[in-house]
Amino acid sequence: MASKLLQIKAISGHAGTVPGGNMSRDYDVCKLVDTTTCIGCKACEVACLEWNGYPFHPTTFDNTYQTMPDTAWNYWNLIRFNEHTAPDGTFGWLMRKDQCMHCADPGCLASCPADGAIVQYANGIVDFNQEHCIGCQYCVTGCPFNIPKFNPETKKVFKCTLCSDRVSAGLEPACIKACPTGCLHFGSKDDMKDIAERRAKQLRAHTAHKDAGVYDPQGVGGTHVIYVLHDINNPEKYGGLPKNPTVDPIVRLWKGPLKWVGGFGMILGALGIAFHYLRYGPKEAEIHGGDDHERHT
Amino acid sequence: MSDTPSHAFLRHGPPVDRIQRFTWVERIMHWYTAATYIYAALSGLALFTPYLFWLAVVLGGGPAVRFWHPIFGIGFVIGIFWMYHSWLQDLKIDANDRKWLDNVKYYITNQDERLPPQDKYDAGQKIYYWGMFGCAIVLLLTGPVMWFPELMPRSLHWVLAVVTFLHSVAALVTIGGAMIHIYMSISNIPGSLKAMTEGHVSRGWAMLHAPKWYARITAGEKRP
Repeated sequence: MASKLLQIKAISGHAGTVPGGNMSRDYDVCKLVDTTTCIGCKACEVACLEWNGYPFHPTTFDNTYQTMPDTAWNYWNLIRFNEHTAPDGTFGWLMRKDQCMHCADPGCLASCPADGAIVQYANGIVDFNQEHCIGCQYCVTGCPFNIPKFNPETKKVFKCTLCSDRVSAGLEPACIKACPTGCLHFGSKDDMKDIAERRAKQLRAHTAHKDAGVYDPQGVGGTHVIYVLHDINNPEKYGGLPKNPTVDPIVRLWKGPLKWVGGFGMILGALGIAFHYLRYGPKEAEIHGGDDHERHT
Repeated sequence: MSDTPSHAFLRHGPPVDRIQRFTWVERIMHWYTAATYIYAALSGLALFTPYLFWLAVVLGGGPAVRFWHPIFGIGFVIGIFWMYHSWLQDLKIDANDRKWLDNVKYYITNQDERLPPQDKYDAGQKIYYWGMFGCAIVLLLTGPVMWFPELMPRSLHWVLAVVTFLHSVAALVTIGGAMIHIYMSISNIPGSLKAMTEGHVSRGWAMLHAPKWYARITAGEKRP
Protein backbone atom coordinates (compact mmCIF):
# COMPACT_ATOMS: atom_id res chain seq x y z
CA MET A 1 0.00 0.00 0.00
CA ALA A 2 2.60 2.48 1.10
CA SER A 3 4.92 1.86 -1.83
CA LYS A 4 2.05 2.25 -4.28
CA LEU A 5 1.00 5.53 -2.72
CA LEU A 6 4.50 6.88 -3.21
CA GLN A 7 5.02 5.58 -6.71
CA ILE A 8 6.87 8.24 -8.69
CA LYS A 9 5.06 9.77 -11.67
CA ALA A 10 7.44 12.53 -12.82
CA ILE A 11 11.00 13.59 -11.95
CA SER A 12 12.52 17.06 -12.42
CA GLY A 13 15.54 17.59 -14.63
CA HIS A 14 15.48 13.95 -15.66
CA ALA A 15 16.44 12.69 -19.11
CA GLY A 16 14.31 9.74 -20.11
CA THR A 17 11.22 8.11 -18.71
CA VAL A 18 10.34 7.51 -15.09
CA PRO A 19 11.39 4.03 -13.99
CA GLY A 20 8.28 1.95 -13.40
CA GLY A 21 5.98 4.81 -14.40
CA ASN A 22 2.33 4.11 -15.13
CA MET A 23 2.71 0.48 -14.06
CA SER A 24 -0.24 0.56 -11.70
CA ARG A 25 -3.24 2.73 -11.05
CA ASP A 26 -4.10 4.02 -7.65
CA TYR A 27 -6.27 6.78 -6.29
CA ASP A 28 -5.16 10.40 -6.13
CA VAL A 29 -5.05 11.98 -2.69
CA CYS A 30 -6.59 15.38 -2.04
CA LYS A 31 -6.91 17.90 0.76
CA LEU A 32 -10.16 19.85 0.94
CA VAL A 33 -10.14 23.23 2.72
CA ASP A 34 -13.63 24.55 3.40
CA THR A 35 -12.99 28.25 4.02
CA THR A 36 -16.59 28.72 5.11
CA THR A 37 -16.06 26.68 8.29
CA CYS A 38 -12.51 27.77 9.09
CA ILE A 39 -12.38 29.76 12.34
CA GLY A 40 -8.77 30.88 11.99
CA CYS A 41 -7.54 29.02 15.06
CA LYS A 42 -4.18 28.17 13.45
CA ALA A 43 -4.10 24.67 14.91
CA CYS A 44 -3.00 23.54 11.44
CA GLU A 45 -0.06 25.98 11.53
CA VAL A 46 1.11 24.55 14.84
CA ALA A 47 0.56 20.94 13.78
CA CYS A 48 2.60 21.55 10.63
CA LEU A 49 5.52 22.93 12.66
CA GLU A 50 5.25 20.12 15.21
CA TRP A 51 5.19 17.29 12.69
CA ASN A 52 7.93 18.72 10.48
CA GLY A 53 10.15 19.63 13.43
CA TYR A 54 10.41 23.37 12.94
CA PRO A 55 10.48 25.82 15.86
CA PHE A 56 7.75 28.39 16.17
CA HIS A 57 8.54 31.38 14.02
CA PRO A 58 8.82 34.99 15.21
CA THR A 59 5.49 36.57 14.31
CA THR A 60 5.00 39.83 12.42
CA PHE A 61 2.06 41.99 13.45
CA ASP A 62 0.42 43.73 10.52
CA ASN A 63 -2.89 44.80 12.11
CA THR A 64 -4.54 41.48 11.33
CA TYR A 65 -4.62 38.11 13.05
CA GLN A 66 -2.24 36.69 10.44
CA THR A 67 0.89 35.13 11.95
CA MET A 68 3.24 36.67 9.40
CA PRO A 69 3.00 38.26 5.95
CA ASP A 70 3.96 35.17 3.96
CA THR A 71 4.88 31.52 4.26
CA ALA A 72 8.56 30.78 4.87
CA TRP A 73 11.01 27.96 4.14
CA ASN A 74 10.27 26.59 7.63
CA TYR A 75 6.65 27.80 7.85
CA TRP A 76 4.71 26.00 5.14
CA ASN A 77 1.16 26.51 6.34
CA LEU A 78 -0.28 29.97 6.94
CA ILE A 79 -3.85 31.10 7.58
CA ARG A 80 -4.39 34.27 5.57
CA PHE A 81 -6.78 36.75 7.18
CA ASN A 82 -8.50 39.19 4.88
CA GLU A 83 -11.02 41.75 6.08
CA HIS A 84 -14.01 41.80 3.83
CA THR A 85 -17.16 43.90 3.65
CA ALA A 86 -20.07 42.15 2.00
CA PRO A 87 -22.39 44.04 -0.39
CA ASP A 88 -24.98 44.31 2.41
CA GLY A 89 -22.44 46.12 4.58
CA THR A 90 -21.66 43.30 6.99
CA PHE A 91 -18.04 42.88 7.96
CA GLY A 92 -16.29 39.53 7.99
CA TRP A 93 -13.01 37.70 7.74
CA LEU A 94 -12.03 35.66 4.76
CA MET A 95 -9.67 33.06 6.18
CA ARG A 96 -7.73 30.79 3.88
CA LYS A 97 -5.22 28.12 4.73
CA ASP A 98 -2.34 28.83 2.35
CA GLN A 99 0.07 26.03 1.45
CA CYS A 100 1.36 24.15 -1.58
CA MET A 101 -1.51 23.31 -3.93
CA HIS A 102 0.13 20.13 -5.28
CA CYS A 103 -0.75 20.92 -8.90
CA ALA A 104 -1.38 18.06 -11.31
CA ASP A 105 0.77 20.03 -13.78
CA PRO A 106 3.38 21.51 -11.43
CA GLY A 107 5.28 24.57 -12.68
CA CYS A 108 8.02 24.02 -10.09
CA LEU A 109 8.79 20.57 -11.48
CA ALA A 110 8.70 21.79 -15.07
CA SER A 111 11.23 24.54 -14.24
CA CYS A 112 13.61 22.54 -12.03
CA PRO A 113 16.95 21.62 -13.68
CA ALA A 114 18.24 19.28 -10.96
CA ASP A 115 17.73 15.57 -11.55
CA GLY A 116 15.43 14.28 -8.84
CA ALA A 117 15.09 17.46 -6.77
CA ILE A 118 11.33 17.55 -7.35
CA VAL A 119 9.21 14.45 -7.76
CA GLN A 120 5.52 14.04 -8.39
CA TYR A 121 4.09 10.88 -6.93
CA ALA A 122 1.37 8.95 -8.70
CA ASN A 123 -0.99 9.87 -5.86
CA GLY A 124 -0.63 13.56 -6.77
CA ILE A 125 1.80 14.74 -4.09
CA VAL A 126 4.56 17.03 -5.41
CA ASP A 127 7.57 16.70 -3.13
CA PHE A 128 11.00 18.37 -2.91
CA ASN A 129 14.10 16.24 -2.27
CA GLN A 130 16.48 18.70 -0.69
CA GLU A 131 19.49 16.38 -1.08
CA HIS A 132 19.21 16.86 -4.87
CA CYS A 133 18.26 20.56 -4.72
CA ILE A 134 20.95 22.90 -6.07
CA GLY A 135 19.32 26.10 -4.80
CA CYS A 136 18.77 27.77 -8.19
CA GLN A 137 15.16 28.68 -7.31
CA TYR A 138 13.84 28.06 -10.82
CA CYS A 139 10.90 26.47 -8.96
CA VAL A 140 10.09 29.94 -7.59
CA THR A 141 9.96 31.15 -11.20
CA GLY A 142 7.70 28.29 -12.23
CA CYS A 143 5.21 28.33 -9.33
CA PRO A 144 2.01 30.35 -9.93
CA PHE A 145 1.15 30.27 -6.20
CA ASN A 146 4.41 31.66 -4.74
CA ILE A 147 4.96 28.58 -2.60
CA PRO A 148 8.61 27.39 -2.76
CA LYS A 149 10.74 29.28 -0.23
CA PHE A 150 14.54 29.50 -0.12
CA ASN A 151 16.62 28.86 2.97
CA PRO A 152 19.64 31.16 2.53
CA GLU A 153 21.72 29.17 5.02
CA THR A 154 21.42 25.74 3.44
CA LYS A 155 20.76 27.08 -0.10
CA LYS A 156 17.83 24.68 -0.43
CA VAL A 157 14.18 25.30 -1.23
CA PHE A 158 11.37 23.97 0.96
CA LYS A 159 7.60 23.73 0.86
CA CYS A 160 4.63 21.73 2.13
CA THR A 161 5.04 18.00 1.42
CA LEU A 162 1.34 17.21 1.94
CA CYS A 163 2.93 15.10 4.72
CA SER A 164 4.12 12.55 2.16
CA ASP A 165 5.83 10.75 5.05
CA ARG A 166 2.53 10.40 6.92
CA VAL A 167 0.50 9.64 3.79
CA SER A 168 2.93 6.88 2.81
CA ALA A 169 2.20 5.29 6.20
CA GLY A 170 -1.55 5.51 5.64
CA LEU A 171 -2.04 8.59 7.86
CA GLU A 172 -3.68 11.89 7.05
CA PRO A 173 -1.54 15.08 6.88
CA ALA A 174 -0.80 16.71 10.27
CA CYS A 175 -2.90 19.79 9.53
CA ILE A 176 -5.95 17.63 8.83
CA LYS A 177 -5.52 15.77 12.12
CA ALA A 178 -5.32 19.04 14.09
CA CYS A 179 -8.31 20.86 12.58
CA PRO A 180 -11.00 21.25 15.28
CA THR A 181 -13.88 22.37 13.08
CA GLY A 182 -13.67 19.75 10.38
CA CYS A 183 -13.06 22.38 7.73
CA LEU A 184 -10.11 20.26 6.56
CA HIS A 185 -10.81 16.94 4.87
CA PHE A 186 -8.47 14.42 3.33
CA GLY A 187 -9.21 11.54 0.98
CA SER A 188 -9.32 10.65 -2.69
CA LYS A 189 -9.66 13.47 -5.19
CA ASP A 190 -13.00 12.13 -6.38
CA ASP A 191 -14.40 11.99 -2.85
CA MET A 192 -13.12 15.45 -1.91
CA LYS A 193 -14.49 16.93 -5.13
CA ASP A 194 -17.86 15.37 -4.32
CA ILE A 195 -17.92 16.67 -0.74
CA ALA A 196 -16.80 20.11 -1.89
CA GLU A 197 -19.42 20.37 -4.63
CA ARG A 198 -22.17 19.29 -2.25
CA ARG A 199 -21.03 21.83 0.33
CA ALA A 200 -20.96 24.60 -2.29
CA LYS A 201 -24.44 23.63 -3.46
CA GLN A 202 -25.66 23.70 0.15
CA LEU A 203 -24.16 27.17 0.65
CA ARG A 204 -25.79 28.49 -2.51
CA ALA A 205 -29.16 27.02 -1.57
CA HIS A 206 -29.33 27.83 2.14
CA THR A 207 -27.05 30.81 2.86
CA ALA A 208 -26.36 34.28 1.49
CA HIS A 209 -23.29 32.94 -0.34
CA LYS A 210 -24.96 32.66 -3.72
CA ASP A 211 -21.60 32.53 -5.50
CA ALA A 212 -20.11 29.73 -3.42
CA GLY A 213 -18.02 27.30 -5.43
CA VAL A 214 -15.08 24.92 -5.54
CA TYR A 215 -11.56 26.11 -6.40
CA ASP A 216 -9.78 23.41 -8.40
CA PRO A 217 -7.97 25.45 -11.08
CA GLN A 218 -7.77 23.65 -14.42
CA GLY A 219 -5.01 25.93 -15.71
CA VAL A 220 -2.55 23.79 -13.75
CA GLY A 221 -4.39 20.55 -14.48
CA GLY A 222 -6.38 20.73 -11.25
CA THR A 223 -4.83 20.68 -7.80
CA HIS A 224 -4.55 18.17 -5.00
CA VAL A 225 -5.54 20.86 -2.50
CA ILE A 226 -8.98 22.28 -3.26
CA TYR A 227 -11.00 25.03 -1.61
CA VAL A 228 -14.66 25.71 -0.99
CA LEU A 229 -14.93 29.52 -1.30
CA HIS A 230 -17.88 31.75 -0.39
CA ASP A 231 -17.29 33.64 -3.61
CA ILE A 232 -15.71 31.57 -6.36
CA ASN A 233 -15.69 34.60 -8.69
CA ASN A 234 -13.19 36.54 -6.58
CA PRO A 235 -10.51 34.18 -5.28
CA GLU A 236 -8.05 37.11 -5.16
CA LYS A 237 -9.87 38.37 -2.07
CA TYR A 238 -8.55 35.34 -0.18
CA GLY A 239 -5.00 36.61 0.19
CA GLY A 240 -4.18 36.69 -3.50
CA LEU A 241 -5.39 33.30 -4.66
CA PRO A 242 -5.01 33.59 -8.46
CA LYS A 243 -8.25 33.35 -10.40
CA ASN A 244 -6.91 31.28 -13.26
CA PRO A 245 -3.38 30.16 -12.35
CA THR A 246 -1.23 28.72 -15.13
CA VAL A 247 2.42 27.98 -15.49
CA ASP A 248 3.82 31.15 -17.06
CA PRO A 249 3.78 30.72 -20.89
CA ILE A 250 7.33 32.06 -21.00
CA VAL A 251 8.40 29.23 -18.68
CA ARG A 252 6.70 26.83 -21.09
CA LEU A 253 8.53 28.44 -24.02
CA TRP A 254 11.84 28.22 -22.14
CA LYS A 255 11.41 24.62 -21.04
CA GLY A 256 9.75 23.51 -24.29
CA PRO A 257 10.62 24.95 -27.71
CA LEU A 258 13.76 26.83 -26.61
CA LYS A 259 15.24 23.71 -25.05
CA TRP A 260 14.78 21.82 -28.33
CA VAL A 261 15.88 24.71 -30.54
CA GLY A 262 19.00 25.12 -28.41
CA GLY A 263 19.83 21.44 -28.26
CA PHE A 264 19.26 20.70 -31.94
CA GLY A 265 20.89 24.01 -32.86
CA MET A 266 24.10 22.94 -31.16
CA ILE A 267 24.01 19.51 -32.82
CA LEU A 268 23.33 21.03 -36.26
CA GLY A 269 26.09 23.59 -35.66
CA ALA A 270 28.58 20.81 -34.89
CA LEU A 271 27.48 18.90 -37.99
CA GLY A 272 27.74 22.07 -40.09
CA ILE A 273 31.28 22.65 -38.84
CA ALA A 274 32.23 19.04 -39.61
CA PHE A 275 30.77 19.43 -43.10
CA HIS A 276 32.64 22.68 -43.67
CA TYR A 277 35.89 21.10 -42.54
CA LEU A 278 35.48 18.16 -44.90
CA ARG A 279 34.13 20.15 -47.85
CA TYR A 280 36.27 23.31 -47.73
CA GLY A 281 38.97 22.66 -45.14
CA PRO A 282 41.57 25.07 -43.80
CA LYS A 283 42.57 28.33 -45.47
CA GLU A 284 46.27 27.70 -46.00
CA ALA A 285 48.38 30.76 -46.71
CA GLU A 286 50.92 30.33 -49.54
CA ILE A 287 53.26 33.20 -50.33
CA HIS A 288 54.17 33.99 -53.90
CA GLY A 289 57.90 33.27 -54.06
CA GLY A 290 58.73 36.58 -55.69
CA ASP A 291 56.98 38.75 -53.14
CA ASP A 292 58.46 36.97 -50.22
CA HIS A 293 61.92 37.09 -51.65
CA GLU A 294 61.65 40.73 -52.43
CA ARG A 295 60.64 41.58 -48.92
CA HIS A 296 62.98 39.51 -46.79
CA THR A 297 66.34 38.95 -48.30
CA MET B 1 78.36 37.52 -31.91
CA SER B 2 79.99 37.35 -35.29
CA ASP B 3 82.97 35.54 -33.72
CA THR B 4 80.86 32.61 -32.70
CA PRO B 5 78.29 32.17 -35.45
CA SER B 6 77.52 28.58 -34.52
CA HIS B 7 76.47 29.36 -30.96
CA ALA B 8 72.78 29.32 -30.10
CA PHE B 9 71.40 32.39 -28.49
CA LEU B 10 68.15 33.20 -26.77
CA ARG B 11 65.63 34.84 -29.06
CA HIS B 12 63.56 37.74 -27.83
CA GLY B 13 60.52 38.78 -29.81
CA PRO B 14 58.90 36.90 -32.67
CA PRO B 15 60.95 34.41 -34.71
CA VAL B 16 62.61 35.61 -37.88
CA ASP B 17 60.06 36.31 -40.58
CA ARG B 18 57.12 36.33 -38.19
CA ILE B 19 55.28 39.36 -36.92
CA GLN B 20 53.73 40.17 -33.59
CA ARG B 21 49.91 40.10 -33.64
CA PHE B 22 48.99 40.01 -29.94
CA THR B 23 50.94 41.26 -26.92
CA TRP B 24 51.20 39.10 -23.82
CA VAL B 25 48.60 41.30 -22.12
CA GLU B 26 46.16 40.73 -24.98
CA ARG B 27 46.79 37.00 -24.84
CA ILE B 28 46.15 36.87 -21.08
CA MET B 29 43.01 38.95 -21.61
CA HIS B 30 41.77 36.55 -24.28
CA TRP B 31 42.43 33.36 -22.31
CA TYR B 32 41.03 34.82 -19.10
CA THR B 33 37.82 35.63 -20.98
CA ALA B 34 37.84 32.24 -22.72
CA ALA B 35 38.30 30.29 -19.47
CA THR B 36 35.57 32.13 -17.60
CA TYR B 37 33.30 31.85 -20.63
CA ILE B 38 33.82 28.10 -21.00
CA TYR B 39 33.01 27.42 -17.35
CA ALA B 40 29.96 29.70 -17.47
CA ALA B 41 28.74 28.19 -20.75
CA LEU B 42 29.15 24.56 -19.72
CA SER B 43 27.62 25.11 -16.28
CA GLY B 44 24.82 27.09 -17.89
CA LEU B 45 24.12 24.25 -20.32
CA ALA B 46 23.92 21.88 -17.35
CA LEU B 47 21.10 23.99 -15.95
CA PHE B 48 19.49 24.49 -19.37
CA THR B 49 18.57 20.95 -20.33
CA PRO B 50 18.33 17.68 -18.39
CA TYR B 51 20.25 15.96 -21.19
CA LEU B 52 23.32 17.98 -20.18
CA PHE B 53 22.84 17.97 -16.40
CA TRP B 54 25.74 15.51 -16.23
CA LEU B 55 27.97 18.53 -16.97
CA ALA B 56 27.07 19.81 -13.50
CA VAL B 57 28.41 16.59 -12.02
CA VAL B 58 31.63 16.96 -14.00
CA LEU B 59 32.01 20.60 -12.90
CA GLY B 60 31.76 19.86 -9.19
CA GLY B 61 28.11 19.03 -8.55
CA GLY B 62 24.83 20.92 -8.88
CA PRO B 63 25.14 23.18 -5.83
CA ALA B 64 28.75 24.07 -6.76
CA VAL B 65 27.64 24.95 -10.29
CA ARG B 66 24.83 27.09 -8.86
CA PHE B 67 27.39 28.88 -6.69
CA TRP B 68 30.12 29.42 -9.30
CA HIS B 69 28.16 30.02 -12.51
CA PRO B 70 27.22 33.63 -11.70
CA ILE B 71 30.73 34.43 -10.44
CA PHE B 72 32.42 33.08 -13.58
CA GLY B 73 29.72 34.82 -15.62
CA ILE B 74 30.62 38.18 -14.09
CA GLY B 75 34.28 37.34 -14.77
CA PHE B 76 33.45 36.74 -18.43
CA VAL B 77 31.60 40.04 -18.75
CA ILE B 78 34.60 41.83 -17.22
CA GLY B 79 36.78 40.17 -19.89
CA ILE B 80 34.44 41.37 -22.63
CA PHE B 81 34.61 44.93 -21.28
CA TRP B 82 38.38 44.68 -21.03
CA MET B 83 38.49 43.74 -24.73
CA TYR B 84 36.26 46.71 -25.49
CA HIS B 85 38.79 48.92 -23.73
CA SER B 86 41.76 47.40 -25.58
CA TRP B 87 40.45 46.60 -29.04
CA LEU B 88 37.73 49.15 -29.76
CA GLN B 89 39.75 51.00 -32.42
CA ASP B 90 40.32 47.81 -34.41
CA LEU B 91 36.74 46.59 -34.02
CA LYS B 92 34.86 49.50 -35.56
CA ILE B 93 32.74 48.38 -38.48
CA ASP B 94 33.13 50.44 -41.64
CA ALA B 95 31.86 50.39 -45.24
CA ASN B 96 34.62 47.95 -46.20
CA ASP B 97 33.28 45.51 -43.61
CA ARG B 98 29.76 45.82 -44.92
CA LYS B 99 31.05 44.97 -48.39
CA TRP B 100 32.84 41.96 -46.91
CA LEU B 101 29.66 40.86 -45.17
CA ASP B 102 27.66 41.16 -48.38
CA ASN B 103 30.10 38.70 -49.92
CA VAL B 104 30.49 36.47 -46.88
CA LYS B 105 29.60 33.42 -48.97
CA TYR B 106 33.02 33.67 -50.63
CA TYR B 107 34.62 33.61 -47.20
CA ILE B 108 32.67 30.51 -46.19
CA THR B 109 33.56 28.75 -49.43
CA ASN B 110 37.29 29.63 -49.18
CA GLN B 111 37.31 32.09 -52.09
CA ASP B 112 38.95 34.81 -50.03
CA GLU B 113 40.54 36.44 -53.10
CA ARG B 114 37.07 37.70 -54.07
CA LEU B 115 36.72 39.66 -50.80
CA PRO B 116 37.77 43.23 -50.06
CA PRO B 117 41.06 43.33 -48.12
CA GLN B 118 40.58 43.51 -44.36
CA ASP B 119 42.39 45.33 -41.58
CA LYS B 120 43.55 43.77 -38.29
CA TYR B 121 40.22 42.00 -37.79
CA ASP B 122 37.96 40.98 -40.61
CA ALA B 123 34.25 41.78 -40.52
CA GLY B 124 33.43 38.28 -39.25
CA GLN B 125 35.67 38.74 -36.22
CA LYS B 126 34.13 42.13 -35.55
CA ILE B 127 30.62 40.71 -35.78
CA TYR B 128 31.68 37.94 -33.39
CA TYR B 129 32.98 40.46 -30.88
CA TRP B 130 29.92 42.71 -31.06
CA GLY B 131 27.65 39.69 -30.82
CA MET B 132 29.44 38.53 -27.68
CA PHE B 133 29.39 42.10 -26.37
CA GLY B 134 25.64 42.48 -26.91
CA CYS B 135 24.90 39.10 -25.37
CA ALA B 136 27.20 39.89 -22.44
CA ILE B 137 25.11 43.00 -21.76
CA VAL B 138 21.89 40.93 -21.83
CA LEU B 139 23.46 38.26 -19.61
CA LEU B 140 24.71 40.93 -17.20
CA LEU B 141 21.29 42.55 -16.93
CA THR B 142 19.36 39.31 -16.52
CA GLY B 143 21.86 37.24 -14.54
CA PRO B 144 21.75 39.07 -11.18
CA VAL B 145 17.95 38.72 -11.08
CA MET B 146 18.37 34.96 -11.44
CA TRP B 147 21.25 35.01 -8.95
CA PHE B 148 19.09 36.48 -6.18
CA PRO B 149 15.46 35.71 -7.09
CA GLU B 150 14.55 35.80 -3.39
CA LEU B 151 14.93 39.59 -3.54
CA MET B 152 12.12 39.85 -6.10
CA PRO B 153 8.82 40.90 -4.57
CA ARG B 154 5.83 38.67 -5.27
CA SER B 155 4.25 41.18 -7.63
CA LEU B 156 7.33 41.06 -9.89
CA HIS B 157 7.67 37.29 -10.12
CA TRP B 158 6.65 37.40 -13.79
CA VAL B 159 9.98 39.17 -14.39
CA LEU B 160 11.83 36.02 -13.31
CA ALA B 161 10.43 34.02 -16.23
CA VAL B 162 11.22 36.81 -18.71
CA VAL B 163 14.83 37.26 -17.60
CA THR B 164 15.41 33.51 -17.47
CA PHE B 165 14.20 33.19 -21.05
CA LEU B 166 16.31 36.12 -22.28
CA HIS B 167 19.35 34.79 -20.42
CA SER B 168 18.97 31.42 -22.16
CA VAL B 169 18.54 32.94 -25.61
CA ALA B 170 21.57 35.23 -25.21
CA ALA B 171 23.66 32.33 -23.92
CA LEU B 172 22.67 30.12 -26.87
CA VAL B 173 23.71 32.88 -29.29
CA THR B 174 27.15 33.09 -27.63
CA ILE B 175 27.52 29.30 -27.79
CA GLY B 176 26.81 29.32 -31.53
CA GLY B 177 29.39 32.08 -32.01
CA ALA B 178 31.97 30.37 -29.80
CA MET B 179 31.62 27.09 -31.69
CA ILE B 180 32.46 28.85 -34.97
CA HIS B 181 35.24 30.86 -33.28
CA ILE B 182 36.89 27.72 -31.87
CA TYR B 183 36.59 25.83 -35.17
CA MET B 184 38.18 28.68 -37.08
CA SER B 185 41.03 29.05 -34.63
CA ILE B 186 42.01 25.40 -34.37
CA SER B 187 41.30 24.28 -37.93
CA ASN B 188 39.95 26.70 -40.48
CA ILE B 189 42.62 29.41 -40.22
CA PRO B 190 45.94 27.61 -39.64
CA GLY B 191 48.29 29.77 -37.60
CA SER B 192 45.65 31.82 -35.80
CA LEU B 193 45.77 29.71 -32.64
CA LYS B 194 49.50 30.39 -32.40
CA ALA B 195 48.76 34.10 -32.78
CA MET B 196 46.77 33.91 -29.56
CA THR B 197 49.10 31.53 -27.69
CA GLU B 198 52.61 32.69 -28.64
CA GLY B 199 51.56 36.00 -30.14
CA HIS B 200 52.95 35.93 -33.70
CA VAL B 201 51.86 35.05 -37.23
CA SER B 202 53.71 34.39 -40.46
CA ARG B 203 53.89 37.08 -43.09
CA GLY B 204 51.85 34.91 -45.41
CA TRP B 205 49.15 34.65 -42.77
CA ALA B 206 49.03 38.40 -42.35
CA MET B 207 49.03 39.08 -46.09
CA LEU B 208 46.18 36.66 -46.65
CA HIS B 209 43.93 37.32 -43.66
CA ALA B 210 44.68 40.91 -42.70
CA PRO B 211 46.32 42.60 -45.71
CA LYS B 212 45.54 46.18 -44.71
CA TRP B 213 46.87 45.55 -41.21
CA TYR B 214 49.99 43.95 -42.69
CA ALA B 215 50.57 46.89 -44.96
CA ARG B 216 50.08 49.29 -42.08
CA ILE B 217 52.48 47.67 -39.62
CA THR B 218 55.15 46.91 -42.21
CA ALA B 219 55.00 50.36 -43.79
CA GLY B 220 58.08 51.48 -41.86
CA GLU B 221 60.15 48.42 -42.74
CA LYS B 222 63.20 49.03 -44.86
CA ARG B 223 62.96 47.53 -48.28
CA PRO B 224 66.12 46.07 -49.69
